[in-house]
Amino acid sequence: MPTTRRHFLSLAGGVTAAGTMPIVSLRPLQATPAMLTAAIRNVVGEAQLRTGRVKLDIPPLVENGNTVPMTVSVASPMTADDHVKSIHVFNEKNPQPNIGNFYLTPASGRAQVSTRIRLADTQKVVAIARLSDDTFWQIAADVVVTLAACTEEMN
Amino acid sequence: MAALINVPAKARRGDVIEIRALTSHIMETGFRHTVDGKLVPRDIITGFTCRYNGAEIFRADLFPAIAANPYLSFFTVAKESGKFEFEWIGDNGYSSTASASITVE
Amino acid sequence: MSVWRAIAAAALFAAAPALLAGEIPPDARRSGYSFMGPDTRAMQDDDTSNPGMLFVLDGEQLWTKKTGSAEKACADCHGEARISMKGIAARYPAFDKALGRPVTLDQRINLCRANHQQASPLPYESRDLLALSAFVAHQSRGLPITAGNDPQARPFVEQGRELFMQREGQLNLACTNCHDDNFDRRLAGAPITQGQPTGYPLYRLEWQTLGSLERRLRSCMSGVRAQAYDYGSPELVALELYLMSRAHGLPMETPAVRP
Repeated sequence: MPTTRRHFLSLAGGVTAAGTMPIVSLRPLQATPAMLTAAIRNVVGEAQLRTGRVKLDIPPLVENGNTVPMTVSVASPMTADDHVKSIHVFNEKNPQPNIGNFYLTPASGRAQVSTRIRLADTQKVVAIARLSDDTFWQIAADVVVTLAACTEEMN
Repeated sequence: MAALINVPAKARRGDVIEIRALTSHIMETGFRHTVDGKLVPRDIITGFTCRYNGAEIFRADLFPAIAANPYLSFFTVAKESGKFEFEWIGDNGYSSTASASITVE
Repeated sequence: MSVWRAIAAAALFAAAPALLAGEIPPDARRSGYSFMGPDTRAMQDDDTSNPGMLFVLDGEQLWTKKTGSAEKACADCHGEARISMKGIAARYPAFDKALGRPVTLDQRINLCRANHQQASPLPYESRDLLALSAFVAHQSRGLPITAGNDPQARPFVEQGRELFMQREGQLNLACTNCHDDNFDRRLAGAPITQGQPTGYPLYRLEWQTLGSLERRLRSCMSGVRAQAYDYGSPELVALELYLMSRAHGLPMETPAVRP
């Protein structure tokens, strides 16, 4: 995965060369907010996206972006009539906006999923739950990713 | 290569139990380059399924943003004694399975 | 945090005979575990969520697998690893009489392969070597480190200490400048640890895999812009031996998890 430090160096280099070149025009390889929105729309369609019911546990400051523990849980009785059908997790700035889709059933008993994810940079993580009545609920969290001081060269 | 499955050996009928599955896989993103500039091709697990006595109870689609050696934890209701079967599938025809049994009283 | 720094500073004036100025006194030595956040600790603490355990399981399989032209498994000589390998990794690198120098656990595994299994050596950092080494070292988990106790190993401990104290690279830094003088401070966002090698081979979140102490030492050397010693070189073995003897008495944690 490209490192922020390299992005910074290439940004700095670009600015020096072009003098007044605006920094924002030099976007490194990463998902854009537009890509995030499109990925979310791909799952949600035209349905209304409400905030609440979903809880996202993720460290606000992570020790290494390569392996970040994360838990999504949804307040739901998990009965045949009222349960969580799926949980979808997205990010804002990795090269790709999708992280994972998780499909549950009333037999799950509890709407909670944990995994470990990669975050290429400090960014927003979004979790969305689709309930059995086809309503969609979301939560977002900001995660600060610190870079290790002495990272290895990839070879 | 190894997988680590954690399912309680025993449970009472109706208990909500946690299942954890950790498996060996590099999860190569497909976005990295070697020092001589070649793209390292994507090699990831794309799907995971857990069946409880044959019935699917949990499924996941995984993307390159899932860390190497994917770890998943999820829940189910202990209904009857039997077997949990786990299946991972991925790029380049990757497939692996594991299983664990439970006694429900 | 300030307490630890006070202790480290006090060490400069305390005249402990075996310590050079700046070295950390035995009762102030701390595993890298104590510098980690709660999430990384939780990952190490639970064997079913510690990804290093995947390698230990692979190593367990390899332990009983017949290999080489001798068609022998590790278990054919050493039996039940739980018993025969208990405490072994805690005293490595260990002095080898035939070679007249210390060898690392990785080198011992490859010596066994050459001499007893008639098998080709496993490359450094290969999955099988890491798995075997992790499985063997796991049998010492919780036991105190004793490496360097052997009087024959002493000159090599001394060589390792000299390398630890020696400035190198374009940044002109010695190991001691960070790991004796500035632990508990931060380098960029990450805490500087004492560099106690209690859990190798260990699962580093940065690597997303298991790795050896030599890999870690080599990446520190790249960090100070020095030419890293080769895997298995006498210098790296001496450094590993000094580091283990410096961690004397700390419990083994293999497979540890570190950021």
